[in-house]
Amino acid sequence: MLALALALAAWACGHGNAHELDLSAGWVPAADAPAAGTKLHTPPPPFSEGIFPCSECHEPDMPVNTKRRELSMAHQEIVLKHDAEHRWCLDCHDATDRDSLHLASGEKVPFEESYRLCGQCHGDKYRDWRAGVHGRRSGQWDGEKEYLLCVHCHNSHAPKFAPIKPLPPPPKPERTP
Amino acid sequence: MNAPDTTRRDFLCTLAGCAAALAGACGDVTHTEFFRSHFKELTPEDLDGILKKIERECETKYGKDVDVKNTPAREGVQFAYALDISRCVGCRRCVYACVAENNQSRDPVVQWIRVLEMDKEKGIDFEHANPYYDAETVPRPGHTYLPVACQHCENPPCVKTCPVGATWKEPDGIVVIDYDWCIGCRCCMSACPYGARRFNWKEPSLPADEMNPNLHVLGNRPRPKGVVEKCTWCVHRVRDGRYPACVEVCPVGARKFGNLLDPSSEIRYVLDKKRVFVLKNELATHPRFYYFYGL
Ligand code: SF4
Ligand code: SF4
Repeated sequence: MLALALALAAWACGHGNAHELDLSAGWVPAADAPAAGTKLHTPPPPFSEGIFPCSECHEPDMPVNTKRRELSMAHQEIVLKHDAEHRWCLDCHDATDRDSLHLASGEKVPFEESYRLCGQCHGDKYRDWRAGVHGRRSGQWDGEKEYLLCVHCHNSHAPKFAPIKPLPPPPKPERTP
Repeated sequence: MNAPDTTRRDFLCTLAGCAAALAGACGDVTHTEFFRSHFKELTPEDLDGILKKIERECETKYGKDVDVKNTPAREGVQFAYALDISRCVGCRRCVYACVAENNQSRDPVVQWIRVLEMDKEKGIDFEHANPYYDAETVPRPGHTYLPVACQHCENPPCVKTCPVGATWKEPDGIVVIDYDWCIGCRCCMSACPYGARRFNWKEPSLPADEMNPNLHVLGNRPRPKGVVEKCTWCVHRVRDGRYPACVEVCPVGARKFGNLLDPSSEIRYVLDKKRVFVLKNELATHPRFYYFYGL
């Protein structure tokens, strides 16, 4: 009997401290991510110096060579490690409008909205990203947030993250002998 | 909750005579500080006086303008945190952003976040976890990384064990410490199953040019020797609507934070759609810190 009383007392004490969630207003199910295609606030694409607009070099009257080949006149630095077996430049870059990307449907997409292009194959990541759960976000948890484009973190031509150097470990605690 | 305070007060009053005699030994603790009320019972004037005093002290010590806030919890907000362990690469950017943001001591080294390296083979196994890993690059093959800081438990053993009520859970879920009330007994440290609390064994050192002047009285204001400290989810930022510093710095975007009561928050999306777990579930501390697999 005493043991039971003690256990009850302990239980009561334990619960006295907790701030129970007040669900009196009812629990609303989690909201879905903003709809696909929603224009989201992102910083401008991270073009390398002097690369954009592409039409500066790719003039409209330049003949288009659609053949998969080893590039020799420009862009040799690009190593395609993104399903290279099946992909080629013009699957994403538009041959008729060089300053634009295109979806599989042919619909043109500006570089500012490249996430729509990535989202065609990576639908689950695209959905998580719209909800703020895939990728890095900054700003206000209760308001204006800044999203990053997929290409701010992933190199579109080789999207897998390269390993990085960790910051130094904490010192091990000193032990007295 | 009130009884121990009254006892403490009575005890102090009885000691008043001796205290006067020992005034020299009390260092720079003023009469007002010595006889002030518990944080939750402070009058607005007393609290204001305390904030002003901390500001003056910091300005003298660090030679720059500081702002010590007491932003209270917001109505309708219950904070929670989620960390994607399928993404964390163990780079420790979060550890150092936290140190800079929250004015932890540089020497001796005090860090609120500890990143544990674990063997993939062994799964989540604290026995074999290594916080001291170093490598040219991370992630090291065959390893996963699990950052641990205060879990802001719903049922926090640290709070229950504190003999003087110097640590408590705020209405928005943040577990805080009043550094002026902490007697340094470290009961909370032994009660915390997550090793989340740190003790200032020596006088903390904080270079003036690295001191963050945006301060909260229950958060990142510089701490004295002899008190316990820990993560406060950047109380000085999150009560102003911002994300904690670790959320913004993580290069792989593994860290998520928000209001549990807001159905459109990242945190609710994670709880709804991902595989989630908490550490040491069997202890019924009910962490508000969720680990999930985002892949
Ligand atoms: S910054 Fe992100 S990836 Fe790096 S250790 Fe912290 S949680 Fe992991
Ligand atoms: S993790 Fe430890 S310090 Fe944080 S609330 Fe839980 S018991 Fe307390």
